[in-house]
Amino acid sequence: MFITRILQNDRGGQIMLAVLALVLVLVPVLNLLVPEGNFLHMPTYLVTLLGKYLTYALLAVAVDLVWGYLGILSLGHGAFFALGGYAMGMYLMRQIGDRGVYGNANLPDFMVFLNWKELPWFWQGFDMFWFAMLMVLLVPGLLAFVFGWLAFRSRVTGVYLSIITQALTYALLLAFFRNEMGFGGNNGLTDFKDILGFSLQSDNTRMTLFVLSGLALAGGYLLCRYIINSKLGRIVVAIRDAESRTRFVGYRVEHYKVWVFTVSAMLAGVAGALYVPQVGIINPGEFSPLNSIEIVIWVAIGGRATLYGAVLGAILVNYAKTVFTGLMPESWIFMLGALFVLVTLYLPQGLAGLVQQFQAKGWLQRRAAA
Amino acid sequence: MSEGAHLRQPEAGQPDASHKAILYLEGLNVSFDGFKAINDLTLYIDSGELRCIIGPNGAGKTTMMDIITGKTRPNSGQAWFGQTVDLLKLSEPEIANAGIGRKFQKPTVFESHSVAENLELAMHGNKSVWYSLRARLSGEQQALIDATLHTIGLTDHYHQQAGALSHGQKQWLEIGMLLVQKPHLLLVDEPVAGMTHQEMERTAELLTSLAGKHSVVVVEHDMDFVRSIANKVTVLHQGSVLAEGTMDDVQNDQRVIEVYLGE
Repeated sequence: MFITRILQNDRGGQIMLAVLALVLVLVPVLNLLVPEGNFLHMPTYLVTLLGKYLTYALLAVAVDLVWGYLGILSLGHGAFFALGGYAMGMYLMRQIGDRGVYGNANLPDFMVFLNWKELPWFWQGFDMFWFAMLMVLLVPGLLAFVFGWLAFRSRVTGVYLSIITQALTYALLLAFFRNEMGFGGNNGLTDFKDILGFSLQSDNTRMTLFVLSGLALAGGYLLCRYIINSKLGRIVVAIRDAESRTRFVGYRVEHYKVWVFTVSAMLAGVAGALYVPQVGIINPGEFSPLNSIEIVIWVAIGGRATLYGAVLGAILVNYAKTVFTGLMPESWIFMLGALFVLVTLYLPQGLAGLVQQFQAKGWLQRRAAA
Repeated sequence: MSEGAHLRQPEAGQPDASHKAILYLEGLNVSFDGFKAINDLTLYIDSGELRCIIGPNGAGKTTMMDIITGKTRPNSGQAWFGQTVDLLKLSEPEIANAGIGRKFQKPTVFESHSVAENLELAMHGNKSVWYSLRARLSGEQQALIDATLHTIGLTDHYHQQAGALSHGQKQWLEIGMLLVQKPHLLLVDEPVAGMTHQEMERTAELLTSLAGKHSVVVVEHDMDFVRSIANKVTVLHQGSVLAEGTMDDVQNDQRVIEVYLGE
């Protein structure tokens, strides 16, 4: 079958997707079928939390594709995530209709508040679900395409490119903070009511979003693995390892970079679009440069250039974040920094590399035999 | 006109070498921060020829290759591939696809790929992004890989990671990558650096066998090696041609002895 062929030599991916499939079956059972009060019952807030982790995992896979395989350290992928989120948020805002505080059927609350008389042109069409979903892909994709085309054609590489991607997301942060931009300014978009007619507060809708996040992660993973396995994937790794050599062999390196960068940005956009209805808000804070750096840390901790390592890293680090920001809110950022330094020094291949090391030494087999 | 000239009529994908020469470099000048790396360099390479280029360090050998392959743009002058291809207007990949292959001074192979994959990536053919996504090795391409591995003596290393090869083997693999690229003109920078005597002899054999079908330009420091393969040698000095001729002519040239061989 197609999927088994993609995963042929990818033990980590097989295990990861098997666990994911199990979770996607188990969580609905524990949440919807096991009655409340039973100690096995899983509360809905936990389902939504897991759903959020899954969208982060998809985002991390997108970053691993460009960083691990293409060698481009993007410190601005949060921007593509946020843009996908805003596209979804705009649809959800339009869905509120006349149920807003001001009861205006055409204008979202913040526009009424700003005394706007009509809907700006770029809000047109977002009342249609299919249009919004198209924008979830197209807006991040187009930005990545234009940005990548300019940067890669001028042969901006290495740390300079990383700095420009930081500048990109910071510029968007400042722009989206402005009320005149028309995206709700500081407060962003929130107070969502329903999606495609289903209430966002209901358990069933939340479960559906959770399952969709899991399926999107699986789909994004398989897509990236398919790309990596193809000849295109081998060319991409060749560019990472010896860029000018690849050029002299006859490949237009900038075309490959733009293509992969754009695909990755679109995946990040999808992750953002699934994230927003589950957390119920999107605001300019998502464009913060720190967010983008955090994503890179997830991937580094999980293990670069493995894809499944990115999934592992994103989920573990965010779980730790949830736990520790609850216990000691101020200390988290220091712990994250320390974790990053320790992983870079002692686990350059991340957690995935650790597993591979154990396997190489045969420790796992020996332990299994004992 | 030589007898074979009518056989080399220009065709699609083939440089137009109908006037005997395949590479024309005329009046080239390159300076880096005031230092003239190439100084009014004029050089012609005939189709099917094996030419060695020698010269002391800083004579401009590598810069010349950089110009031909599009890495460096000259301040003035002309560079033509055959009668029709203006090299100064093309990018590196365009020049590679026009039929000029290059082996670098420091062997550069794709280290995390297997030996066979290195050849797959270097192989001539459609190099566009969408095509690569769906590309599969055809039987013909597989046969070319096998044959090339045999030629460069790496058949037993088919699945080995290229980064794990010895220095000499990497040199050979890079020559193999040149071969599957099916270029008309090969630029080979120091092919025997770090090779044992035996490996050197095999390299000499290989390069000589390539001449005729391809035009080959070899830059090399090792005089014994140059003598063993070249019938025509060009000496570069301070960015321009100092002398040209057979190895014996060149070695007896008083100016060459002064700047290079006499040292």
